[in-house]
Amino acid sequence: MNLRFLHIVERNFLVWRKLMIPSLTTNLADPLFYLVGFGFGIGSLVGTVNGRPYVEFLAGGMLCYSTLNSATAEALYSAFSRLKMQRTWEGILHTPMTVADIVIGEWLWAALKAVLSGSAILLIMYALGIAHGFRPLVVLPVLFLLGLCVAGLALVMTTIAKGFDFFAYYFTLVLTPMSFLSGVFFPLQSLPVSVQKIALILPLAHAALLSRGLVFGDDIPHPVLSLLLLAVYGVIGVAVSVRIATRRLHR
Amino acid sequence: MTAILSVQGLVKSYDGRPVVNGATFSATAGECFGILGPNGAGKTTTMRCCLGLTAPDEGGVELCGYSIPAMAREARYRVGVVPQFDNLDPDFTVTENLVMWARYYEISKRDARAMVPRLLELAGLEDRADARIDALSGGMKRRLTIARALVNDPDVLFLDEPTTGLDPQARHLVWDGLRRLAKEGKSLILTTHFMDEAERLCDRLCIMDAGKIIAEGSPRQLIESHIEPVVVEVFGEGVHEWAEKEASVLVERLEVSGETAFCYTHSADAILAAMSSYPQLRAMRRVANLEDVFIKLTGRDIRD
Repeated sequence: MNLRFLHIVERNFLVWRKLMIPSLTTNLADPLFYLVGFGFGIGSLVGTVNGRPYVEFLAGGMLCYSTLNSATAEALYSAFSRLKMQRTWEGILHTPMTVADIVIGEWLWAALKAVLSGSAILLIMYALGIAHGFRPLVVLPVLFLLGLCVAGLALVMTTIAKGFDFFAYYFTLVLTPMSFLSGVFFPLQSLPVSVQKIALILPLAHAALLSRGLVFGDDIPHPVLSLLLLAVYGVIGVAVSVRIATRRLHR
Repeated sequence: MTAILSVQGLVKSYDGRPVVNGATFSATAGECFGILGPNGAGKTTTMRCCLGLTAPDEGGVELCGYSIPAMAREARYRVGVVPQFDNLDPDFTVTENLVMWARYYEISKRDARAMVPRLLELAGLEDRADARIDALSGGMKRRLTIARALVNDPDVLFLDEPTTGLDPQARHLVWDGLRRLAKEGKSLILTTHFMDEAERLCDRLCIMDAGKIIAEGSPRQLIESHIEPVVVEVFGEGVHEWAEKEASVLVERLEVSGETAFCYTHSADAILAAMSSYPQLRAMRRVANLEDVFIKLTGRDIRD
Protein backbone atom coordinates (compact mmCIF):
# COMPACT_ATOMS: atom_id res chain seq x y z
CA MET A 1 0.00 0.00 0.00
CA ASN A 2 1.38 3.40 -0.85
CA LEU A 3 1.35 6.07 1.82
CA ARG A 4 2.19 9.05 -0.35
CA PHE A 5 -0.99 10.79 0.81
CA LEU A 6 0.76 11.24 4.18
CA HIS A 7 2.95 13.92 2.56
CA ILE A 8 -0.19 16.03 2.11
CA VAL A 9 -1.07 15.52 5.78
CA GLU A 10 2.52 16.48 6.58
CA ARG A 11 2.27 19.61 4.44
CA ASN A 12 -0.95 20.78 6.01
CA PHE A 13 0.31 19.98 9.49
CA LEU A 14 3.46 22.07 8.94
CA VAL A 15 1.35 25.01 7.81
CA TRP A 16 -1.07 24.56 10.72
CA ARG A 17 1.82 24.47 13.17
CA LYS A 18 2.75 28.03 12.22
CA LEU A 19 -0.70 29.26 13.21
CA MET A 20 -1.18 26.80 16.04
CA ILE A 21 -1.72 29.31 18.85
CA PRO A 22 -4.58 31.32 17.31
CA SER A 23 -6.05 28.10 15.92
CA LEU A 24 -6.06 26.33 19.29
CA THR A 25 -7.41 29.45 21.00
CA THR A 26 -10.48 29.48 18.73
CA ASN A 27 -10.86 25.74 19.20
CA LEU A 28 -11.09 26.22 22.95
CA ALA A 29 -12.79 29.60 23.27
CA ASP A 30 -15.74 29.08 20.91
CA PRO A 31 -17.13 25.91 22.53
CA LEU A 32 -16.47 27.33 26.00
CA PHE A 33 -18.78 30.26 25.32
CA TYR A 34 -21.35 28.00 23.68
CA LEU A 35 -21.43 25.58 26.57
CA VAL A 36 -21.40 28.19 29.31
CA GLY A 37 -23.81 30.52 27.51
CA PHE A 38 -26.31 28.11 26.02
CA GLY A 39 -25.74 25.18 28.34
CA PHE A 40 -26.09 26.96 31.64
CA GLY A 41 -28.10 29.95 30.36
CA ILE A 42 -30.78 28.16 28.35
CA GLY A 43 -30.33 25.19 30.62
CA SER A 44 -31.71 27.19 33.53
CA LEU A 45 -34.92 27.71 31.51
CA VAL A 46 -35.12 24.19 30.08
CA GLY A 47 -34.23 22.21 33.15
CA THR A 48 -33.48 18.60 32.22
CA VAL A 49 -33.56 16.79 28.87
CA ASN A 50 -33.97 13.02 28.82
CA GLY A 51 -33.40 13.07 32.56
CA ARG A 52 -30.07 14.91 32.55
CA PRO A 53 -29.07 18.60 32.80
CA TYR A 54 -29.41 20.47 29.50
CA VAL A 55 -25.72 21.41 29.49
CA GLU A 56 -24.80 17.72 29.39
CA PHE A 57 -27.25 17.07 26.57
CA LEU A 58 -25.86 20.03 24.64
CA ALA A 59 -22.24 19.04 25.26
CA GLY A 60 -22.85 15.59 23.75
CA GLY A 61 -24.23 17.27 20.61
CA MET A 62 -21.62 20.03 20.51
CA LEU A 63 -18.83 17.43 20.30
CA CYS A 64 -20.27 16.41 16.93
CA TYR A 65 -21.39 19.83 15.78
CA SER A 66 -17.95 21.30 16.34
CA THR A 67 -16.28 18.35 14.62
CA LEU A 68 -18.60 18.83 11.66
CA ASN A 69 -17.85 22.53 11.39
CA SER A 70 -14.12 22.07 11.66
CA ALA A 71 -13.95 19.29 9.04
CA THR A 72 -16.18 21.29 6.73
CA ALA A 73 -14.16 24.49 7.00
CA GLU A 74 -10.94 22.64 6.23
CA ALA A 75 -12.22 20.47 3.37
CA LEU A 76 -14.27 23.28 1.84
CA TYR A 77 -12.55 26.65 2.18
CA SER A 78 -8.95 25.70 2.91
CA ALA A 79 -8.82 22.86 0.38
CA PHE A 80 -10.51 24.98 -2.27
CA SER A 81 -8.01 27.79 -1.87
CA ARG A 82 -5.22 25.24 -2.32
CA LEU A 83 -6.96 23.85 -5.39
CA LYS A 84 -7.93 27.10 -7.08
CA MET A 85 -6.37 30.28 -5.67
CA GLN A 86 -2.92 29.02 -4.69
CA ARG A 87 -2.68 26.29 -7.38
CA THR A 88 -1.01 24.15 -4.76
CA TRP A 89 -2.57 20.91 -5.97
CA GLU A 90 -1.64 21.68 -9.57
CA GLY A 91 1.96 22.23 -8.55
CA ILE A 92 2.14 19.04 -6.50
CA LEU A 93 0.98 17.07 -9.55
CA HIS A 94 4.28 17.95 -11.23
CA THR A 95 5.92 15.64 -8.69
CA PRO A 96 5.24 11.88 -8.48
CA MET A 97 2.16 12.59 -6.35
CA THR A 98 -1.23 11.75 -7.90
CA VAL A 99 -4.66 13.35 -7.64
CA ALA A 100 -5.80 10.48 -5.41
CA ASP A 101 -2.82 11.06 -3.08
CA ILE A 102 -3.73 14.72 -2.75
CA VAL A 103 -7.47 14.29 -2.21
CA ILE A 104 -7.04 11.42 0.26
CA GLY A 105 -4.41 13.42 2.12
CA GLU A 106 -6.73 16.41 2.39
CA TRP A 107 -9.54 14.12 3.53
CA LEU A 108 -7.46 12.60 6.30
CA TRP A 109 -6.09 15.96 7.38
CA ALA A 110 -9.53 17.56 7.62
CA ALA A 111 -10.70 14.66 9.80
CA LEU A 112 -7.65 14.92 12.06
CA LYS A 113 -8.17 18.64 12.48
CA ALA A 114 -11.80 17.99 13.28
CA VAL A 115 -10.84 15.54 16.03
CA LEU A 116 -8.71 18.29 17.50
CA SER A 117 -11.77 20.57 17.69
CA GLY A 118 -13.74 17.75 19.28
CA SER A 119 -10.96 17.11 21.78
CA ALA A 120 -11.02 20.77 22.77
CA ILE A 121 -14.69 20.42 23.69
CA LEU A 122 -14.03 17.27 25.63
CA LEU A 123 -11.32 19.11 27.52
CA ILE A 124 -13.77 21.87 28.42
CA MET A 125 -16.32 19.28 29.46
CA TYR A 126 -13.78 17.83 31.88
CA ALA A 127 -12.96 21.30 33.15
CA LEU A 128 -16.63 22.14 33.70
CA GLY A 129 -17.21 18.81 35.43
CA ILE A 130 -19.55 17.57 32.70
CA ALA A 131 -17.33 14.62 31.77
CA HIS A 132 -15.67 12.23 34.21
CA GLY A 133 -13.09 9.46 34.07
CA PHE A 134 -11.52 7.83 30.98
CA ARG A 135 -14.69 6.46 29.45
CA PRO A 136 -15.66 9.59 27.43
CA LEU A 137 -12.35 9.33 25.53
CA VAL A 138 -13.73 6.47 23.42
CA VAL A 139 -15.78 9.08 21.59
CA LEU A 140 -12.62 10.37 19.86
CA PRO A 141 -12.42 7.61 17.21
CA VAL A 142 -16.09 8.22 16.46
CA LEU A 143 -15.38 11.92 16.00
CA PHE A 144 -12.58 10.96 13.61
CA LEU A 145 -15.06 8.86 11.65
CA LEU A 146 -17.52 11.76 11.63
CA GLY A 147 -14.69 14.00 10.41
CA LEU A 148 -13.99 11.60 7.51
CA CYS A 149 -17.69 11.45 6.70
CA VAL A 150 -18.18 15.21 6.64
CA ALA A 151 -14.85 15.95 4.92
CA GLY A 152 -15.70 13.41 2.21
CA LEU A 153 -18.97 15.19 1.46
CA ALA A 154 -17.36 18.63 1.59
CA LEU A 155 -14.59 17.57 -0.81
CA VAL A 156 -17.22 16.71 -3.41
CA MET A 157 -18.40 20.32 -3.22
CA THR A 158 -14.82 21.59 -3.27
CA THR A 159 -13.84 19.66 -6.37
CA ILE A 160 -17.03 20.71 -8.23
CA ALA A 161 -16.92 24.38 -7.19
CA LYS A 162 -15.91 27.13 -9.60
CA GLY A 163 -15.77 29.74 -6.84
CA PHE A 164 -16.39 30.28 -3.13
CA ASP A 165 -19.97 31.47 -3.82
CA PHE A 166 -20.97 27.94 -4.69
CA PHE A 167 -20.51 26.85 -1.07
CA ALA A 168 -23.49 28.98 -0.02
CA TYR A 169 -25.77 26.31 -1.53
CA TYR A 170 -24.11 23.61 0.52
CA PHE A 171 -24.56 25.60 3.72
CA THR A 172 -28.14 26.62 3.06
CA LEU A 173 -29.39 23.35 1.61
CA VAL A 174 -27.35 20.77 3.54
CA LEU A 175 -25.43 21.93 6.57
CA THR A 176 -27.89 24.31 8.21
CA PRO A 177 -30.90 21.98 7.98
CA MET A 178 -28.74 19.07 9.14
CA SER A 179 -27.55 21.06 12.16
CA PHE A 180 -31.12 21.68 13.31
CA LEU A 181 -32.59 18.30 12.39
CA SER A 182 -29.99 16.08 14.03
CA GLY A 183 -30.82 16.48 17.71
CA VAL A 184 -27.76 18.54 18.50
CA PHE A 185 -29.33 21.48 20.30
CA PHE A 186 -32.64 19.87 21.27
CA PRO A 187 -33.86 16.29 21.30
CA LEU A 188 -35.13 14.80 18.05
CA GLN A 189 -38.32 13.71 19.77
CA SER A 190 -39.46 17.35 19.97
CA LEU A 191 -39.80 17.39 16.17
CA PRO A 192 -42.78 16.06 14.18
CA VAL A 193 -42.47 12.33 13.42
CA SER A 194 -42.17 12.94 9.67
CA VAL A 195 -39.17 15.18 10.26
CA GLN A 196 -37.64 12.65 12.67
CA LYS A 197 -37.64 10.15 9.79
CA ILE A 198 -35.54 12.50 7.67
CA ALA A 199 -33.02 12.64 10.49
CA LEU A 200 -32.39 8.92 10.04
CA ILE A 201 -30.36 9.58 6.90
CA LEU A 202 -28.36 12.48 8.39
CA PRO A 203 -24.86 11.54 9.54
CA LEU A 204 -24.86 14.22 12.25
CA ALA A 205 -27.93 12.67 13.90
CA HIS A 206 -26.20 9.28 14.10
CA ALA A 207 -22.99 10.85 15.37
CA ALA A 208 -24.92 12.68 18.12
CA LEU A 209 -26.53 9.42 19.25
CA LEU A 210 -23.15 7.67 19.32
CA SER A 211 -21.53 10.56 21.12
CA ARG A 212 -24.11 10.77 23.94
CA GLY A 213 -24.01 7.03 24.29
CA LEU A 214 -20.23 6.87 24.59
CA VAL A 215 -19.76 9.92 26.81
CA PHE A 216 -22.77 9.59 29.15
CA GLY A 217 -23.85 5.99 28.69
CA ASP A 218 -27.18 6.83 27.03
CA ASP A 219 -28.79 4.09 24.99
CA ILE A 220 -27.52 3.90 21.35
CA PRO A 221 -30.37 2.45 19.23
CA HIS A 222 -28.31 0.99 16.35
CA PRO A 223 -24.58 1.45 17.03
CA VAL A 224 -23.29 -0.67 14.14
CA LEU A 225 -25.68 0.86 11.65
CA SER A 226 -24.75 4.36 12.78
CA LEU A 227 -21.02 3.68 12.45
CA LEU A 228 -21.50 2.09 9.03
CA LEU A 229 -23.54 5.01 7.81
CA LEU A 230 -20.78 7.48 8.74
CA ALA A 231 -18.14 5.32 7.05
CA VAL A 232 -20.16 4.82 3.87
CA TYR A 233 -20.86 8.54 3.45
CA GLY A 234 -17.19 9.33 3.95
CA VAL A 235 -15.83 6.68 1.58
CA ILE A 236 -18.33 7.47 -1.18
CA GLY A 237 -17.61 11.17 -0.72
CA VAL A 238 -13.85 10.82 -1.09
CA ALA A 239 -14.13 8.37 -4.00
CA VAL A 240 -16.40 10.75 -5.92
CA SER A 241 -14.09 13.67 -5.07
CA VAL A 242 -11.07 11.84 -6.49
CA ARG A 243 -12.97 11.22 -9.72
CA ILE A 244 -14.12 14.81 -10.10
CA ALA A 245 -10.72 16.23 -9.20
CA THR A 246 -9.02 13.91 -11.69
CA ARG A 247 -11.28 15.14 -14.46
CA ARG A 248 -10.70 18.72 -13.40
CA LEU A 249 -6.91 18.64 -13.04
CA HIS A 250 -6.04 16.22 -15.85
CA ARG A 251 -8.20 18.01 -18.41
CA MET B 1 22.16 9.73 -29.70
CA THR B 2 19.29 8.59 -27.53
CA ALA B 3 16.01 10.47 -27.45
CA ILE B 4 15.06 11.60 -23.96
CA LEU B 5 11.67 12.74 -25.21
CA SER B 6 9.91 11.58 -28.30
CA VAL B 7 6.47 12.74 -29.37
CA GLN B 8 4.60 10.94 -32.16
CA GLY B 9 1.51 12.26 -33.90
CA LEU B 10 0.10 13.97 -30.83
CA VAL B 11 -3.54 15.12 -31.12
CA LYS B 12 -5.50 16.81 -28.36
CA SER B 13 -8.84 18.59 -28.75
CA TYR B 14 -10.83 20.65 -26.29
CA ASP B 15 -14.56 20.98 -26.97
CA GLY B 16 -14.09 19.67 -30.50
CA ARG B 17 -11.38 22.21 -31.32
CA PRO B 18 -7.95 20.66 -31.96
CA VAL B 19 -5.30 22.43 -29.87
CA VAL B 20 -2.51 20.03 -30.76
CA ASN B 21 -2.94 18.55 -34.20
CA GLY B 22 -0.44 15.87 -35.09
CA ALA B 23 2.74 17.14 -33.43
CA THR B 24 5.82 14.98 -33.92
CA PHE B 25 9.30 15.81 -32.63
CA SER B 26 12.05 14.44 -30.44
CA ALA B 27 14.70 15.82 -28.11
CA THR B 28 18.09 14.24 -27.54
CA ALA B 29 19.60 13.64 -24.12
CA GLY B 30 21.76 16.56 -23.02
CA GLU B 31 20.41 19.12 -25.46
CA CYS B 32 18.31 22.19 -24.93
CA PHE B 33 15.23 21.78 -27.09
CA GLY B 34 12.80 24.63 -27.69
CA ILE B 35 9.16 24.65 -28.68
CA LEU B 36 8.64 28.03 -30.26
CA GLY B 37 5.22 29.32 -31.21
CA PRO B 38 2.76 32.19 -31.00
CA ASN B 39 0.15 32.37 -28.24
CA GLY B 40 -2.39 29.59 -28.56
CA ALA B 41 -0.15 27.44 -30.77
CA GLY B 42 -0.55 24.48 -28.40
CA LYS B 43 2.83 24.66 -26.65
CA THR B 44 1.55 24.32 -23.10
CA THR B 45 -0.88 21.55 -24.04
CA THR B 46 1.96 19.68 -25.75
CA MET B 47 4.03 20.02 -22.58
CA ARG B 48 1.14 18.81 -20.44
CA CYS B 49 0.81 15.75 -22.68
CA CYS B 50 4.56 15.10 -22.39
CA LEU B 51 4.29 15.11 -18.59
CA GLY B 52 1.18 12.93 -18.51
CA LEU B 53 -0.88 15.72 -16.97
CA THR B 54 -3.42 15.32 -19.72
CA ALA B 55 -4.07 12.31 -21.94
CA PRO B 56 -3.80 12.92 -25.70
CA ASP B 57 -6.67 11.88 -27.98
CA GLU B 58 -4.16 10.30 -30.36
CA GLY B 59 -0.44 9.72 -30.61
CA GLY B 60 2.21 8.69 -28.14
CA VAL B 61 4.86 10.16 -25.91
CA GLU B 62 7.97 8.53 -24.52
CA LEU B 63 9.83 10.37 -21.77
CA CYS B 64 13.03 9.06 -20.15
CA GLY B 65 12.17 5.64 -21.54
CA TYR B 66 8.72 5.60 -19.98
CA SER B 67 5.53 5.48 -22.00
CA ILE B 68 3.31 8.46 -21.18
CA PRO B 69 0.67 8.77 -19.75
CA ALA B 70 0.68 5.13 -18.57
CA MET B 71 3.99 5.46 -16.69
CA ALA B 72 3.86 9.22 -16.09
CA ARG B 73 4.24 8.94 -12.34
CA GLU B 74 7.45 6.92 -12.68
CA ALA B 75 8.80 9.30 -15.33
CA ARG B 76 8.18 12.33 -13.12
CA TYR B 77 10.82 11.07 -10.66
CA ARG B 78 13.34 11.83 -13.42
CA VAL B 79 11.82 15.16 -14.43
CA GLY B 80 11.65 18.71 -13.05
CA VAL B 81 8.93 21.14 -14.07
CA VAL B 82 8.88 24.94 -14.14
CA PRO B 83 5.31 25.94 -14.96
CA GLN B 84 4.28 29.12 -16.74
CA PHE B 85 2.49 30.48 -13.69
CA ASP B 86 4.30 30.38 -10.38
CA ASN B 87 2.70 27.94 -8.01
CA LEU B 88 5.13 28.15 -5.14
CA ASP B 89 3.45 27.31 -1.87
CA PRO B 90 2.51 30.68 -0.34
CA ASP B 91 2.01 29.09 3.08
CA PHE B 92 5.73 28.31 3.31
CA THR B 93 9.01 30.23 3.33
CA VAL B 94 11.66 29.85 0.62
CA THR B 95 13.49 27.05 2.46
CA GLU B 96 10.29 25.29 3.48
CA ASN B 97 9.16 25.29 -0.15
CA LEU B 98 12.28 23.41 -1.19
CA VAL B 99 12.17 20.93 1.68
CA MET B 100 8.47 20.15 1.27
CA TRP B 101 8.91 19.70 -2.48
CA ALA B 102 11.65 17.13 -1.84
CA ARG B 103 9.29 15.24 0.46
CA TYR B 104 6.89 14.70 -2.46
CA TYR B 105 9.76 12.78 -4.10
CA GLU B 106 10.19 10.57 -1.01
CA ILE B 107 13.44 12.35 -0.11
CA SER B 108 14.09 12.30 3.64
CA LYS B 109 13.85 15.53 5.59
CA ARG B 110 17.53 15.31 6.47
CA ASP B 111 18.67 14.92 2.88
CA ALA B 112 16.28 17.63 1.79
CA ARG B 113 17.63 20.11 4.34
CA ALA B 114 21.19 19.24 3.34
CA MET B 115 20.57 20.24 -0.29
CA VAL B 116 18.93 23.59 0.52
CA PRO B 117 22.11 25.74 0.67
CA ARG B 118 23.26 24.57 -2.76
CA LEU B 119 19.83 25.19 -4.30
CA LEU B 120 19.60 28.65 -2.72
CA GLU B 121 23.01 29.49 -4.12
CA LEU B 122 21.94 28.30 -7.56
CA ALA B 123 18.89 30.55 -7.35
CA GLY B 124 20.90 33.46 -5.93
CA LEU B 125 18.60 33.52 -2.91
CA GLU B 126 21.09 32.79 -0.12
CA ASP B 127 19.96 35.83 1.85
CA ARG B 128 16.26 35.04 1.39
CA ALA B 129 16.24 31.58 2.95
CA ASP B 130 13.50 32.44 5.44
CA ALA B 131 11.60 34.96 3.34
CA ARG B 132 7.90 34.55 2.68
CA ILE B 133 6.99 33.86 -0.94
CA ASP B 134 4.92 37.02 -1.34
CA ALA B 135 7.99 39.06 -0.37
CA LEU B 136 9.91 37.84 -3.45
CA SER B 137 10.10 39.66 -6.77
CA GLY B 138 8.93 37.99 -9.98
CA GLY B 139 12.49 37.11 -10.95
CA MET B 140 13.25 35.62 -7.53
CA LYS B 141 10.10 33.53 -7.65
CA ARG B 142 11.04 32.18 -11.06
CA ARG B 143 14.56 31.33 -9.90
CA LEU B 144 13.15 29.63 -6.82
CA THR B 145 10.74 27.66 -9.01
CA ILE B 146 13.71 26.51 -11.11
CA ALA B 147 15.65 25.57 -7.98
CA ARG B 148 12.60 23.69 -6.71
CA ALA B 149 12.46 21.73 -9.96
CA LEU B 150 16.00 20.50 -9.25
CA VAL B 151 15.43 18.91 -5.82
CA ASN B 152 15.14 15.44 -7.34
CA ASP B 153 18.26 15.93 -9.49
CA PRO B 154 16.23 15.37 -12.67
CA ASP B 155 17.57 14.27 -16.06
CA VAL B 156 15.14 16.55 -17.86
CA LEU B 157 13.85 19.98 -17.00
CA PHE B 158 10.60 21.20 -18.56
CA LEU B 159 10.24 24.98 -18.62
CA ASP B 160 7.03 26.60 -19.82
CA GLU B 161 7.85 30.17 -20.91
CA PRO B 162 10.53 30.55 -18.23
CA THR B 163 11.13 34.28 -18.68
CA THR B 164 7.68 35.59 -19.55
CA GLY B 165 6.89 38.59 -17.36
CA LEU B 166 10.47 39.16 -16.20
CA ASP B 167 12.49 42.35 -16.70
CA PRO B 168 15.69 42.22 -18.84
CA GLN B 169 18.04 41.85 -15.87
CA ALA B 170 16.01 39.00 -14.43
CA ARG B 171 15.81 37.31 -17.83
CA HIS B 172 19.59 37.33 -18.21
CA LEU B 173 20.00 35.84 -14.76
CA VAL B 174 17.57 33.04 -15.62
CA TRP B 175 19.32 32.41 -18.93
CA ASP B 176 22.70 32.16 -17.20
CA GLY B 177 21.23 29.66 -14.77
CA LEU B 178 19.73 27.56 -17.55
CA ARG B 179 23.01 27.57 -19.51
CA ARG B 180 24.81 26.33 -16.41
CA LEU B 181 22.32 23.48 -16.07
CA ALA B 182 22.72 22.58 -19.73
CA LYS B 183 26.48 22.51 -19.23
CA GLU B 184 26.03 20.10 -16.31
CA GLY B 185 24.38 17.75 -18.78
CA LYS B 186 20.70 18.26 -17.99
CA SER B 187 18.30 18.09 -20.89
CA LEU B 188 16.11 21.16 -21.15
CA ILE B 189 12.77 21.30 -22.90
CA LEU B 190 11.41 24.82 -23.04
CA THR B 191 8.52 26.60 -24.64
CA THR B 192 8.85 30.25 -25.52
CA HIS B 193 7.59 32.92 -27.84
CA PHE B 194 10.77 34.95 -27.42
CA MET B 195 13.00 34.52 -30.47
CA ASP B 196 16.10 35.83 -28.76
CA GLU B 197 15.57 33.37 -25.92
CA ALA B 198 15.24 30.46 -28.33
CA GLU B 199 18.23 31.60 -30.38
CA ARG B 200 20.41 32.03 -27.30
CA LEU B 201 19.52 28.88 -25.40
CA CYS B 202 18.36 26.18 -27.77
CA ASP B 203 20.58 23.67 -29.52
CA ARG B 204 17.57 22.66 -31.56
CA LEU B 205 14.00 23.81 -31.71
CA CYS B 206 10.73 23.28 -33.44
CA ILE B 207 8.29 25.95 -34.52
CA MET B 208 4.70 25.22 -33.65
CA ASP B 209 1.66 26.93 -35.09
CA ALA B 210 -2.01 26.02 -34.83
CA GLY B 211 -1.12 22.74 -33.13
CA LYS B 212 1.29 21.58 -35.84
CA ILE B 213 5.08 21.46 -36.00
CA ILE B 214 5.99 23.46 -39.08
CA ALA B 215 9.80 23.40 -38.83
CA GLU B 216 12.50 21.70 -36.80
CA GLY B 217 16.26 22.19 -36.59
CA SER B 218 19.03 24.25 -35.01
CA PRO B 219 18.48 28.03 -35.01
CA ARG B 220 21.22 28.42 -37.63
CA GLN B 221 19.82 25.68 -39.87
CA LEU B 222 16.36 27.18 -39.69
CA ILE B 223 17.61 30.63 -40.63
CA GLU B 224 19.77 29.32 -43.46
CA SER B 225 17.13 27.10 -44.96
CA HIS B 226 14.19 29.51 -44.73
CA ILE B 227 15.53 33.04 -45.01
CA GLU B 228 17.88 35.12 -47.17
CA PRO B 229 20.88 36.16 -45.04
CA VAL B 230 20.33 39.93 -44.99
CA VAL B 231 17.27 41.96 -44.11
CA VAL B 232 16.76 45.66 -44.88
CA GLU B 233 13.83 47.25 -43.13
CA VAL B 234 12.75 50.43 -44.92
CA PHE B 235 10.27 52.86 -43.42
CA GLY B 236 9.13 56.46 -43.79
CA GLU B 237 6.75 58.46 -45.96
CA GLY B 238 6.28 57.02 -49.45
CA VAL B 239 7.49 53.57 -48.51
CA HIS B 240 4.58 51.91 -50.33
CA GLU B 241 5.37 53.72 -53.57
CA TRP B 242 9.08 52.95 -53.20
CA ALA B 243 8.41 49.31 -52.51
CA GLU B 244 6.21 48.98 -55.56
CA LYS B 245 8.44 50.87 -58.00
CA GLU B 246 11.97 50.11 -56.82
CA ALA B 247 12.19 47.30 -54.33
CA SER B 248 9.91 44.81 -56.05
CA VAL B 249 12.36 44.38 -58.92
CA LEU B 250 15.51 44.29 -56.77
CA VAL B 251 14.64 42.23 -53.76
CA GLU B 252 14.50 38.45 -53.63
CA ARG B 253 11.58 38.53 -51.26
CA LEU B 254 9.64 41.64 -50.29
CA GLU B 255 7.06 41.98 -47.61
CA VAL B 256 5.23 45.20 -46.77
CA SER B 257 3.57 45.29 -43.39
CA GLY B 258 2.01 48.50 -42.13
CA GLU B 259 4.50 51.29 -42.79
CA THR B 260 7.56 49.06 -43.12
CA ALA B 261 8.97 47.24 -46.14
CA PHE B 262 10.95 44.12 -45.20
CA CYS B 263 13.49 43.36 -47.93
CA TYR B 264 15.04 39.88 -47.73
CA THR B 265 18.17 39.62 -49.85
CA HIS B 266 21.74 38.38 -50.21
CA SER B 267 23.15 41.88 -50.66
CA ALA B 268 21.84 45.08 -49.20
CA ASP B 269 23.85 47.50 -51.35
CA ALA B 270 21.53 47.62 -54.35
CA ILE B 271 18.55 48.20 -52.10
CA LEU B 272 20.22 51.01 -50.20
CA ALA B 273 21.27 52.58 -53.51
CA ALA B 274 17.70 52.45 -54.77
CA MET B 275 16.68 54.68 -51.87
CA SER B 276 18.77 57.64 -53.08
CA SER B 277 15.88 59.45 -54.76
CA TYR B 278 13.64 58.96 -51.71
CA PRO B 279 15.38 61.10 -49.06
CA GLN B 280 12.51 60.84 -46.59
CA LEU B 281 12.95 57.05 -46.28
CA ARG B 282 15.08 55.50 -43.59
CA ALA B 283 16.56 52.01 -43.53
CA MET B 284 17.87 49.52 -41.02
CA ARG B 285 20.09 46.74 -42.24
CA ARG B 286 20.67 43.62 -40.19
CA VAL B 287 21.37 39.89 -40.48
CA ALA B 288 18.41 37.55 -40.67
CA ASN B 289 17.34 36.02 -37.39
CA LEU B 290 14.93 33.50 -36.02
CA GLU B 291 12.17 36.05 -35.81
CA ASP B 292 12.23 36.38 -39.61
CA VAL B 293 11.86 32.62 -39.96
CA PHE B 294 9.08 32.64 -37.43
CA ILE B 295 7.19 35.46 -39.11
CA LYS B 296 7.65 33.90 -42.54
CA LEU B 297 6.26 30.58 -41.36
CA THR B 298 3.49 31.78 -39.04
CA GLY B 299 2.50 35.08 -40.70
CA ARG B 300 2.13 38.54 -39.25
CA ASP B 301 -1.40 38.25 -37.92
CA ILE B 302 -2.03 38.79 -34.23
CA ARG B 303 -2.80 35.56 -32.33
CA ASP B 304 -4.85 35.38 -29.20
